[in-house]
Amino acid sequence: MSLRKLATLAGVVIFGSLGDVCLKHGMAAFPEIRLANWPILFHAIFNPKVALGISLLIAFFACYLSSLSWADLTYVLPATSVGYIGMALLARFFLHEQISPLRWVGILLIALGVGFVARGPSLTVEPSPAANLPIPDPTASRGEA
Amino acid sequence: MRHLYTWAAILCVVAASTAGDVLIAHAMKKVGDVAHVFRDHGVFGVTRRMLTNGGLWLGVFFMALAFFSLMFALSWAEVSLVAPAAASLTFLTNAIAAKFFLHEKVDRRRWMAALLVACGVVLIAG
Repeated sequence: MSLRKLATLAGVVIFGSLGDVCLKHGMAAFPEIRLANWPILFHAIFNPKVALGISLLIAFFACYLSSLSWADLTYVLPATSVGYIGMALLARFFLHEQISPLRWVGILLIALGVGFVARGPSLTVEPSPAANLPIPDPTASRGEA
Repeated sequence: MRHLYTWAAILCVVAASTAGDVLIAHAMKKVGDVAHVFRDHGVFGVTRRMLTNGGLWLGVFFMALAFFSLMFALSWAEVSLVAPAAASLTFLTNAIAAKFFLHEKVDRRRWMAALLVACGVVLIAG
């Protein structure tokens, strides 16, 4: 796998995890949001942590779309589940949360799953022939008219 | 009865999330490798191809639906059940949907990966 593809998958994992964490921390500053007070959501968007979280999640989505343009869904999803391991280890070593033996087993299972899928091909379907067609230039026909 | 509602909510999240993922994966295969499209047609070429793809919009709509169903479910159901159950089941339903709708070759290796990750997510997030 090329460095570009590896970096895109890493982007899915890193931006997704960091975005979730930022959003979670940012939203903790606000009261519980219910139907009656939903306009708080607009205030929340301007909270720096929430804004950073949303930006990171946009970057995550861009990487996710990009990875699905050259890899199977059944490759991208298990491969990027490394994020669950990363989050658990971050919680363990930075937030000093305890990881129960059962959660360690979970980490091991995810790592095994990622290992399984990573050893296989990333794409098993033929890309659509339309994907290679040139993009029609709307200004070209105007020039001829 | 409350248990039934919780599982109905989980199934809604899983169904919407799977539909979103499959539609987006299908749309992006039609767009083509974005790095190649970018090289040949520039950033406007990539943007135009993506924005004019109806499947992508529909996929994003289902993703949003999954997100809001999850938020809704989390507001009244047990977080420690809903979040891991939905995340974990989505790995399995995506493998099934990818096989039938996207015609991906989901071999034993990929089934094992989906199953192991699904079990792992339950243990890690539960």
